[in-house]
Amino acid sequence: MTLADITIQLLNGLAGASSLFLVAAGLSLIFGVTRIVNFAHGSLFMLGVYIAYSLTDQFGRGSPLAFWSCVLAAGVAVGVIGFVVEILLLRRIYQAPELFQLLATFGLVLVIKDVVLKLWGPEDLLGPRAPGLRGAVQVMGKSFPEYDLVLIAVGPIMLGLIWLVLNRTRWGVLVRAATQDRDMVGALGVNQAWLFTGVFALGSFLAGLGGALQVPREPAQLFLDITVISDAFVVVVVGGLGSIPGAFLAALLIGVIKAFCIGIGDVQAFGTTFSFSKFTLVVEFVVMAIVLVIRPWGLLGKPAGEPRHTAATEAPLKPLPGWLVLGFAGLGAALLVLPVFTQSYLLILLIDVFVFALFAASLHFLMGPAGMVSFGHAAYLGIGAYAAALMVLRAGIPMEATLALGPLAAALGALLFGWFVVRLSGVYLAMLTLAFAQIVWSIAFQWDGFTGGSNGLIGIWPPAWAAEKEAFYHLSLVLCAAGLLALRHIIFAPFGAILRAGRDSPLRADAIGIDLRRHQWFAFTLVGAFAGLAGVLHVFSKGSISPETLGIARSVDGLVMVLLGGVQTLTGPVVGAGVFIFLQDEIARRVEFWRAILGLVIIVLVLAFPQGIVGFLRGRFMRAAA
Amino acid sequence: MSVLAVRDLAKAFGGVQAVRDISFAVDSGELLALIGPNGAGKTTCFNMLNGQLRPDHGSVTLDGREITGLKPRAVWRLGVGRTFQITATFGSMTVRENVQIALISHHRRAFSFWPRARDLYGAEADALLARVGMAEQADRPAAVLAYGDLKRLELAVALANAPRLLLMDEPTAGMAPKERVELMALVAGIVRAEGIAVLFTEHDMDVVFAHADRIIVLNRGELIADGKPDAVRADPRVQQVYLGGGSTFGHAG
Amino acid sequence: MLRVDGLNAHYGRAHILADVALTAAKGEVVVLIGRNGAGKSTTMKCLIGLLRPTSGEIRFEEKRIDRLAPHAIARLGLGYVPEERRIFTDLTVMENLEVGKRPPRPGLQPWTAERLFTLFPNLGEMRNRPGGRMSGGEQQMLTIARTLMGNPACVLLDEPSEGLAPVIVEQMVETIRKLKLEGLSVLLSEQNLHFAALVADRAYVIEKGRIRYEGTMSALAEDEAVRAAYLSV
Repeated sequence: MTLADITIQLLNGLAGASSLFLVAAGLSLIFGVTRIVNFAHGSLFMLGVYIAYSLTDQFGRGSPLAFWSCVLAAGVAVGVIGFVVEILLLRRIYQAPELFQLLATFGLVLVIKDVVLKLWGPEDLLGPRAPGLRGAVQVMGKSFPEYDLVLIAVGPIMLGLIWLVLNRTRWGVLVRAATQDRDMVGALGVNQAWLFTGVFALGSFLAGLGGALQVPREPAQLFLDITVISDAFVVVVVGGLGSIPGAFLAALLIGVIKAFCIGIGDVQAFGTTFSFSKFTLVVEFVVMAIVLVIRPWGLLGKPAGEPRHTAATEAPLKPLPGWLVLGFAGLGAALLVLPVFTQSYLLILLIDVFVFALFAASLHFLMGPAGMVSFGHAAYLGIGAYAAALMVLRAGIPMEATLALGPLAAALGALLFGWFVVRLSGVYLAMLTLAFAQIVWSIAFQWDGFTGGSNGLIGIWPPAWAAEKEAFYHLSLVLCAAGLLALRHIIFAPFGAILRAGRDSPLRADAIGIDLRRHQWFAFTLVGAFAGLAGVLHVFSKGSISPETLGIARSVDGLVMVLLGGVQTLTGPVVGAGVFIFLQDEIARRVEFWRAILGLVIIVLVLAFPQGIVGFLRGRFMRAAA
Repeated sequence: MSVLAVRDLAKAFGGVQAVRDISFAVDSGELLALIGPNGAGKTTCFNMLNGQLRPDHGSVTLDGREITGLKPRAVWRLGVGRTFQITATFGSMTVRENVQIALISHHRRAFSFWPRARDLYGAEADALLARVGMAEQADRPAAVLAYGDLKRLELAVALANAPRLLLMDEPTAGMAPKERVELMALVAGIVRAEGIAVLFTEHDMDVVFAHADRIIVLNRGELIADGKPDAVRADPRVQQVYLGGGSTFGHAG
Repeated sequence: MLRVDGLNAHYGRAHILADVALTAAKGEVVVLIGRNGAGKSTTMKCLIGLLRPTSGEIRFEEKRIDRLAPHAIARLGLGYVPEERRIFTDLTVMENLEVGKRPPRPGLQPWTAERLFTLFPNLGEMRNRPGGRMSGGEQQMLTIARTLMGNPACVLLDEPSEGLAPVIVEQMVETIRKLKLEGLSVLLSEQNLHFAALVADRAYVIEKGRIRYEGTMSALAEDEAVRAAYLSV
C-alpha cells in the first residue's frame, strides 16, 4: 500500500463513520434516559434511507437546496415516527423488565421490516447523487468523491451540536440528570413523559438523518436494519454506554479499521491467502471484544450503577410437588406412545418443539439461575449443528459419535468465548455474546469452501436405524428430556445453588469465598454443550443447515421462547418453545407478512404478560389459592 | 497476641492520600469501633483489610500471619468474616439456604453436581441460626425478612466459617434504637464467648459508646485518636472534627 | 397545608401503610418517627407520587394530589428530599440546582443560587464541582438546596440525618430551623429522636404502617410509655 492508498482508505473510513456515529449517538441518548436498548434503531435508520430515497428521487434532483431539504425532511419524518412509537408503545413499558423492553422493540423491527417491504418492495433502490457534489476531488493523485468529503465534516458538526444542546441548554441538563436518576428528576417537577418522548424523537431523528445521508452512497436494502443495529450496538458499547464523545471516537475507530480491511484486500502469506475484505464482517466485533476486555465500560464509559428497577425477587425454588411429577411423567409417556396413533406432520413439528425446548432451557439456565443474559445463544446451537454436519460430510463420522462430539465442539466454543463474557455484566455482557455470535455467523457465512457459505450444507441424514420419522422422534424425545432433566437437576445441586446465590448478591458471594467468575464461566460452557446437543438433533432432523441457524434472529427466537414462558419458572422455557413453534408454524403457513404478525404478537404479549405465560398462570393460581 | 495487627498502612488515589500510615490492633474478644467523618478513609481502610484493595505500603497480619495483598476470597478462607452496611443476602433463597451456601463454600463443595444443595449441612446451618435467634424463621424466604432479622441472618452467614475476625460496616445502620442495642449485645456475646475480634464502623454514637471496648478515629486519612470511649469522647480534636457538641446523640454511657 | 387521610399502600401483596392520617400546617415542622421498615419512606413516596397509594386521600393546599404524577405534585409546591441523597453525580453543583429550578411562588421569597449559597456557604465555594466529588455532608446539603430551587411551600425530608457525622447533623438542625423561619412547612422522617427533638413542633410515631401516636414533640419527649412501646429507647 502506498501513502496515497492509506490516505484514501482513511478518508473512506471517516466518511463511513459519520452516519454510524449519528445512529449510535441516538441509540446512546435513548438508552441513557429511558434505559431501553432500542433494537429497532437500525430499522429507524432503514426508514430514513427509504424515505430519503423517495423524497430525493421525486424532489431532490434539481438543486443542492432541494436535495438537502429532502435529506433533512427524511430525518424529521423518522423523528416524528419515533415520537408516535414512543407515545403508543414505549410509554407503556418503561416499568417492565429490561428484557421485555428489548423484546418489544424487536417486535417493532419485524413490523417495520414488513411495512418497508410492502411499501417499497424487495429490490435494492439506488437514489440520485447529490446535486453540486457529483464530482470527485484529487487527493494525492487519486480521486475521492466530493459528497464523501462533506460527510466527513457532518460527523464533528453533529457532535458539536449535540454537545451544545446537552451542556448549554436547560433541556440538555435535564436529559443528563434523567440519565442518572429519572425518578428524581420527576420529583423535582420535570414532566418525565415529555422528556422521554423528546429524547426518543431526537434519537430517531438522528438515526433517520444518518440513513438519509447514505442515500447517494449506497442503495436502500431490506437487510440494513440488522446490519446497522449490530454496528451501532458495537459502536455504543465500544465508546461506552451513554457517552456521545465515546460513540464518536468508536465510530471513527471502527469506520477506519473497516475501510482499511477492504483496502488491503487479499494478502498472500505463509502460502495461503488471507482475505482482509472478508474480515470486515467480523472486525468490529473483534475490536469490541478487545476493548471490552481491556476497558469493560467502553472507551469513555463509566461503570453502570445498579439499576433501580429490578424485577421482583424469585420465590425460593422447591422440588415439584408429587402430583406435578406424575403429570410430567404422564405427559412423557403420552409423547412416547404418540407415534402409534399419528404419522402426521405433528411428529415433525414436535421434534422441533423438543429441540427448541432444550435450546430454550439451556438459555434459561444462563438467564435465570446464572443471571447472564445472552443475545447470541444461537451460536452454540449452530456450532453443534455445523460440527455434526461437517463431521458427517467431511470425515464420515457416524451420527452416534456426533451426538457427543457436536456438544463437545459447542462447549469448546463456549469455553473460549465465555472467558471474555464472564468478565462483564448486564447489557455489556449481552452485547458481547451478540458479538461472538456474529463472528461465528460470519465464519459460517463466508468460508464457502468449508461451511458451504450462504448455501450451507445439505445431505446430513441419520443412519438407517434412526432414519424413520418415528425412530428419530423417539431419539429426540429421549435425549431432549434427558437434557432438560439434567439442567433442572443442576439448578438444585450445589453448583446451581451457588450460581443463583451469586446472581442474587455477587458482593456476598465474594465475601464467603466463592469464585463467581469461575462458576459463571463453567456454567456458560455447560449450557453451550446443551445448546450444541439441540443443534446436532436439529441438523439431523432437517438434513441440512445454513448460516441462518446461528443468526441474530435465531438467538432472539430463543429469548422470545424463554420470556414467553417466563424467566422465573423452570417449566417456562419448555412451554414457551412449544407455543412459539406452533405459533410460527401457523402464521408462516397462512399469512404473507408473517414477520409483521409475529412482531405484533410479541408486542401484545409483552404488554399483556410481563411475567411470561407460566409466570402469569402461576400468579393467577396463587391468587386464587390465597 | 492481637488477632488483627495493622502497621503503617497507606493508600493514595490519584495523588490524594486516602489513608496515611495508620497502625492499630484488635485483640481476641474485643470490639473496636472505627469512626470519623464521611470521606475520612474508613471505607478505604476496611477494603484494604478485607482484600478488596491493595495497600501502597504497610502490613496487615491475622494471628501473626501476613494477609496483605491477598484476594478477598483468600482472606475469607483464613478466617475474616464480613457484614455490609446495606445487607447483602441471597433474596431468592430461604434463610437456611443462605447459611447452607456459606457452609457449602466453607466445606469446598461449590463445584459439586450430585446432591441437592438443600440436603447439605442443614443441621449445621440450623445450629448457626439458633445462635443468632433465627431458628424459627429458617424456612422463610430471605427476601421477606424484617430488616433487623436480615442483619442477624448476615451475622449467621458471617459466622459460618468460624472466623477469627469480623469486619462489620455500619452494622446497625437503618435499625431502630432498641434493635441496635440488641444486635450489638448479640454480637458482643458471641465474640466474647468465642474469642473473635471485631472491627466495626458506625455513625450511631449511642451504639459506639455503649458497645465499643475501644475507639479509633480517622480524619483525612490520619488516625487522630485511639483509646477508651471516655477518653476519645473528651478529646477536643475529635469533638471538633466529628462529634460536635453532642446534642444529636444520647448521653448515656 | 398538607393533609393525609386513610392512606393505604402496598408493595405487591405486602400491606405497607394502613390508614395513615397526618397533617402539617403552614410554617410547622412535623416529624414522622419510626424504625426502618415502619413505613416512613413509603409515606413520603406516596406524598410525592412516586408510589401510587391503593386508597386514601392526600390534599395539599386543599387540592387532591393522590392521583397526580410526581412532577405535577412538585409543581404545586411540595418539595421532596429523598433518603440516600440521590444527587446527580455527573452534574455540577450549579447544574444540580438548575434541574430543581421552578418559577417563584407568590407569597414566598424566591430562592436563587446566590441566596442558597448564603444558607449553605460550602456549596458556594464549589459551584462547578461535579456532585460525585463531594463529601456525604455536602451532598446532603445540595439535595436540600436543589429542592429549594423549586420554591416549595412545603418540604418533605426523608431521613436527613442518616449516615451523617454528628457535626454535620448539627448543621442540619440549623438549616431546618432557618427553613421554618422562612415560613416553610417541613415534614421529616427520622429515627434519631435526639435530632427530632431539636427541630420538630409535632410528632407522629409510625409502626408497622400505622400511626400509633400523635402529639407535640415536647409531649412525646415526656411520654416514656409511648417511647418504650414504639420507639424502644
